[in-house]
This record gives sequence, structure tokens and C-alpha cells, in this order.
Amino acid sequence: MKRLAMNGDQAIALSWKQIDPDVVASYPITPQTIIVETYAEYVANGEVKTEYVCSESEHSSMSMCIGASAAGARSATATASAGLAYMWEMLYIAASMRLPVVMTVANRALSGPINIHCDHSDSMGARDSGWIQIYAENVQEAYDNSIMSFRIAENMDVRLPVMNCLDGFIVTHAIESMAPLEDDVVKKFIGDYEAIHPLLDVKSPHSHGPFDMPEYYYEHKYGQQMAMENALDVIRKVSEEYAEISGRKYDFIECYRCEDADYVAISIGSTAGTMKQVVDDLREEGHMVGSIKLRLFRPFPFEDVAKMLNGRKGVAVLDRAMSFGASAPLFADVRSATFDNDSRSPTFSYIYGLGGRDVGVEDLKRVYYDMENGTAETVNYLGVKL
Amino acid sequence: MIEIRFHGRGGQGAVLASEILARAAIMEGANASAFPFFGVERKGSPVTAFCRIDDRPIRLHTGIYEPDHVVVLDQALIQLTDVLTGLKDDGTVLVNSPHDPEDLGLSTDCKIDTVDATSIALERRLGSKSSPIVNTAILGGFARQCEFVPIKAILDSIRYMAPIKKEENAKAALEAYNRWRE
Repeated sequence: MKRLAMNGDQAIALSWKQIDPDVVASYPITPQTIIVETYAEYVANGEVKTEYVCSESEHSSMSMCIGASAAGARSATATASAGLAYMWEMLYIAASMRLPVVMTVANRALSGPINIHCDHSDSMGARDSGWIQIYAENVQEAYDNSIMSFRIAENMDVRLPVMNCLDGFIVTHAIESMAPLEDDVVKKFIGDYEAIHPLLDVKSPHSHGPFDMPEYYYEHKYGQQMAMENALDVIRKVSEEYAEISGRKYDFIECYRCEDADYVAISIGSTAGTMKQVVDDLREEGHMVGSIKLRLFRPFPFEDVAKMLNGRKGVAVLDRAMSFGASAPLFADVRSATFDNDSRSPTFSYIYGLGGRDVGVEDLKRVYYDMENGTAETVNYLGVKL
Repeated sequence: MIEIRFHGRGGQGAVLASEILARAAIMEGANASAFPFFGVERKGSPVTAFCRIDDRPIRLHTGIYEPDHVVVLDQALIQLTDVLTGLKDDGTVLVNSPHDPEDLGLSTDCKIDTVDATSIALERRLGSKSSPIVNTAILGGFARQCEFVPIKAILDSIRYMAPIKKEENAKAALEAYNRWRE
């Protein structure tokens, strides 16, 4: 497999090029812009057949993806931060209409104060919108997740939109070594798009997204929940199939040196990469530590997380987002997942890296030291200047 | 692992320099990553860019605080920022300057070299007279100074990644490489 040097945004654009969605509707926003710029070039060069719409806002981008998807088109978009916030209303509509739209989110802090750098406040805020959420550690994973996203979204037992998240700047703008699949391998893996009751099928007219009275609304929400639960099996199966064509095997969580670890930290995204170095360094000094990367946040892999975190001396949960006045998103779910464990581990919340605050190896070592020394609080603000 | 930190100003091409170097290393079969830290995204404001090169896959997604090598695209930055921060004892510094290394006012025992990337960029008409784009010339100098990424790989990457004047940029790098003052 040939290796290329490209950044996360370019890798997403490349995956789309190989998939060639029927419709891409988007509005540029840092740090996602390179995706739509690169894709616009593919369109201009005639390398894809996509109907490309440069919309006037993110609300419109998502609306167009919804309309296109309901009409029977495979649709994709990308956004970040305020752009995602501006789509809010339509996020729920895409999910409740069970439209398999795929969206890349280049994770960036929400305003204010305005900030262009990475944290997860944008997509974490959308965690209850009914979208599947997958997070990437590096450029390779962002590319791989992008391709798998279409298969997951379009599976007939799922039919939910998928958010493919990668860390703004840290991955979107980082040139790394990555190995793409061949075009025909991707095309075969993705297969043809199968529309359900497409609006453009005039011989069999259907309504999409009509008004829902109390008699039905609740059942539709229940249906979304069932689809999310089905997604777990589907994601695992798609990941296995993807491993066959790529040699890269992904799971809901990735455990690094956890087998005999007393202390485990769990994180999302690029930080999980740095964590592997931290664990190696500490292991060399004799510390019994491990790290877990959570790849799938919605649906949340409760069973896997609970099993891996049973009987540890300490568990640190790293959140790159806050829920003001309550537990940070990942911490809340990890604690909930492990509550019924027969040997419940002491669990600590670590907030870090907000608004792109860089988190180095030494910062992250402190998380393990705190737990070992018994100085970890229930909630800790890593590196905050007070 | 080799860690390189670039200091430049918006518009000089520090970020692209780090990317060209990373790509050259990857094409040579190594692993590499390059990424920027943008302050305010404005022409003239200080920009830092990072590059890591290693035999093993690179997992670190964090800034470089203890670089092996520092590359400074604008001599005036020496007065503005401490470009030597965290530089390893056996590290190297390369500064774009017409002067000799000992005249730069840098207090370090590390090996310092200079390359007159601005003159080369101006001769090759890279960028404008008032703000020449010096990234490719200084990369040629860096290839000579550190010798761990072959100049041929750097030239190939320049031709692949330079948005315009690909051949002129490659020539600028080669000139800096050949005009090296020991």
C-alpha cells in the first residue's frame, strides 16, 4: 500500500473523492476549510460527479444535505464550531428523518471568547442530537473513519447520520504519513447507495418529515434509540470488513498496555496518541499504567468501557469539553457505564486542552501521578492558570 | 525521534517549510508529522511550526518544547522571541541572515549556522521585494546543515508542494545548499 503525506482535512477530501457522494453542500469554516476547498478542486477538475453546493450558511448546508438525502442522494458535508452550532435545528431533523448524511466535524472550541483552536465542545454539545459520533486520533484514522461512516450510516438496521470527528488543527492541519486504499477498493466497500422511498420517485410518492402529533412522536424517538442500539453491532461488523481490505482493525475502544495496569486514563481524539507515549515513559519508570482511547462516543459502548475499567485502582477520564454546573460529557458516561461493576474503580474527571491549550507529555503524566499519590480530586482542571 | 521547530512570520512560509520537510522524510520511508501553531492569522505575525521525524510511527500530538533543531526564517525574531527555548545541548540553530553566526547575538553553545535565504529568494523573485518567501531557500540550507533528509527528497517535495514557481523554489533550495559556508 503506497504511503502519502497529507493532513487530516486533505485525507477527508480524498476519502470523499473515492466515494464520490451525489451531493456535497457546505460552507467553509476554520479548521475544516481545507476539506471543502480540496473537494471543490476535485469538482472543478471533473474528478468527481458530485453536485457541489457552496451554501450561504451551515443551516442551509445541512438543510440541503437533508433534502438531497430524502430525494435519494448520498450526501456529505463538513463543519466546525459555530458552523455546527448554526446547524443545530437541522441536526435533529436529519437524525429523526433517519437520513444517512455523513458529516465531518473538525473539532473547534465554541465562542466565546471566539477561538479557532481545538476542543470538543462543538460535537459534545451535539451528543444528544441523534447522530452517531466517531472520533479519530490521527490522519490515518480520520480517513478510515470517513469511509466506514458511509457504510454505517447507510446500513438498513441503522439509517442514522454519522459525525466523523477529528481534532481541529492538531489533526486537520497536521501532515502525517498515511496509506489510502485504492479507489476501486473503496468503491466496492461502500457499494451503491440504496434510497428508501426517495422523494424523486414520482411513481411512488411519499411524504418525508411531516408534522408529528403526540400519538406518534414518542414512537419515532424510540425508533431512533433502537437504531442507535443496532449501530453497535453494525459498527463492529463494518470495522471487521474494513480490516480485511485495509489491514487496520478498529474497535469501539482501543486499549494500550491496560492488561495489568492499576491506573487507567481514558481519552478521545489526538490526545490518546500522546497518551501512548506517556504510558511508555511511565512504564519504563515502573508505573503500572494504561490508556484507553474511546473511538465511538454515540452510541456509547457501555459494556466495553465497563469491562475494561473494572477493578482498577484509579480511572482518569479526560474531557476536552465542559458541562457547566455538571459532569463533563465523557466523565458522566464513563461513570455511568462503570456504576454497576462488581469492583468499581475510583474515577476522576480531568478537564484539559480547552480552546486549543496544548497538552504535553509532562502535563499528562501528572494525571497518573495524582492518582498514585492519592491527590486526584473528583474534578481536576489540568493546567488551568489560577 | 528528531524534533525541529521553525520560527517565522505569517507569509514567509514557515508552515509550508515544516510540511515540505515532513513529506520529504515520509517519501524517504521515515515517519514524520508537521503541524503549525497559528497565533493570529495575519501576515507578519510570528508563526511557529513543528516537524517530527522518526523510524517509528509518531504518536505525539503536542507542541515541541525540546527541539533538536531550530530554524529561524526571520533574523529579527531573535529579538522578539526566545528562539532557543528548550533547545537540546547538542542541538543546532539555522538562521536566515546575511551575517556570520557569531554576529547574531545568540548566547548558546549549540552549533549556529546562517544562510542568506532572503537574497536567494529575491534573486529568484519568490514573493515580493518587501516580503520575500524564504522557506524553500532555508530548507536547502537545513538539508546541508543536518544531512538527515537528502536534498533530492527536499527538492522533490518542493516541486510537489510549492503552490507556484515550483522550479524556482527548488533552485532556491539547491542554491542555499550549494552556497553553504562552513
